[in-house]
Amino acid sequence: MRKMAIAQFAQSAGVESKENLMDFTYRISKEVLDKAGLKRSEVGCVVIASSDIFHSGLSCANAIDWDGAGAFMVEGTRAEDSMFAFIYACMRIMSGHFDTVLVTSIVKGSENPENDTLTGFFADPFYMRPLGINETTAAAMQMREYMQRCNITEEQCAKVVVKNLGNALFNPYAHVRKRVTVDDVLNSDVVSDPLKALECAPKSEGVASILLAAEDKAKKLTDKPVWVKGFGTSMDHFNLGDRDLLNGQLKIAAGRAYKMAGIRNPKKEIDVAEICEPYAFQELLWCEKLGLCGDGEGGKLIDSGVTQMHGASPVNPSGGVLAMNPYVSRGLYRLIESAMQISGSAGGHQVDKKVKTALAHGTHGFAGQCHSLVILEG
Amino acid sequence: MTKEYETIINTITLPYRWALGPAWTRFFDGLKEEKIYGTRCRKCKKIFVPARSFCPDCFEDLDEWSDVSQEGTLRSWTLVKKSHYGQVRRPPYALGLIHLDGTDCDFIHFIGGIDLSDLKKVREKIKAGTRVKAVWNKEKNANIHDISYFKPLK
Ligand SMILES: [Zn+2]
Repeated sequence: MRKMAIAQFAQSAGVESKENLMDFTYRISKEVLDKAGLKRSEVGCVVIASSDIFHSGLSCANAIDWDGAGAFMVEGTRAEDSMFAFIYACMRIMSGHFDTVLVTSIVKGSENPENDTLTGFFADPFYMRPLGINETTAAAMQMREYMQRCNITEEQCAKVVVKNLGNALFNPYAHVRKRVTVDDVLNSDVVSDPLKALECAPKSEGVASILLAAEDKAKKLTDKPVWVKGFGTSMDHFNLGDRDLLNGQLKIAAGRAYKMAGIRNPKKEIDVAEICEPYAFQELLWCEKLGLCGDGEGGKLIDSGVTQMHGASPVNPSGGVLAMNPYVSRGLYRLIESAMQISGSAGGHQVDKKVKTALAHGTHGFAGQCHSLVILEG
Repeated sequence: MTKEYETIINTITLPYRWALGPAWTRFFDGLKEEKIYGTRCRKCKKIFVPARSFCPDCFEDLDEWSDVSQEGTLRSWTLVKKSHYGQVRRPPYALGLIHLDGTDCDFIHFIGGIDLSDLKKVREKIKAGTRVKAVWNKEKNANIHDISYFKPLK
């Protein structure tokens, strides 16, 4: 496989941005190119992630985002999910056709309708949509099943929120940064029982951009290349009722990424994991499927403290999606945090241990219909 | 002081006209006659409900129709308490994943016919494993709401 690395990256903070979408996109894309000392015309190609119609209120927003990402007159394409956009970028480098790819992902959560309104449109218009299936109601049913089948308690799920929002206190890019207790979480408003308000991710602003480069080029563009060792994706059935919500496609996606990266024992070999957990309990369930603990042991995992920032296997030192949820961009945020942990540049949210290998995970669709992950190495 | 930036508010309404296709048309016409149709795969023998035209596992045509049971077992459920723009109904309302007897997947629908105002009581009344039965709407329009909800038995 052709070696490739994250050469440079930039991200916006989760607070409401005063910029319009095009300027906002430009600002972050430009920051990455400036850090790399590249002119727009020197970039091999551009991949943009945006969920146009529903998240931006624009049909084919790449028409407008294209300029902001410096992509006009450059080879380019787009994806609806930023982790996928990154994987497409990897494939472009692997193909040998390009030496550099700029991946930019865009969403302004302060501008669009609520997540439940938007994600209701994932559903088909005949059956699931008129019944009110959206990301939250699907996750709530998944959570209840998880609690029942694996003896997970509401307290254990709440602990994920306490940990992640606590980590976010040290991350200047996070959106929700506050100290909360298990009781605060358990007493927050019921959204869709058993899900409480603090267990559901917010809506955030977020433009993130990564410059990916082939080996020789990467070494010229940075002192600290973060190598891409493997990636994997997998997609489950569309109809919620056709799926086993506790045994979805994540194990398969992870198996693909681990095989490519040569990882045999993820629990030992992954130093830090950035996991996409729009709902608190999902961090525990996804950790199981990623092999960071045994099946059904997600509750024990959070109780043991190993996933704390200063534990043996930190999960979401950035604060995760519970602290920062720029919907389409959340995959790139996981990758950027992983790259920061590897290069030792995470500042206040840098984990104690030496990080050689990091895992970045993304998910979208109902109750984890689709999963993707990337393994990075220093 | 000059204003740093302004925002504009705009609501988009667009009319669409979606084809149901023959399988879903027959399924929804069935609801009008108080029947819940599934289709059975000749290869894996699974019965899928709502009826559909191909097996999502085997990727083969499904043409064996079956009038499936209107009773089943609740696999999971949620009580929706929070409101959002464009919501299908006003909270509180309950949704469930229902395993209809004799089928091989879960059917999604509302859970009703009980007092939903007190979460504690709802949690006592409905659990995974609770038996439920379809309750039909008097007025039928050949859509998913022809079933009002599934009511817990006993
Ligand atoms: Zn089949």
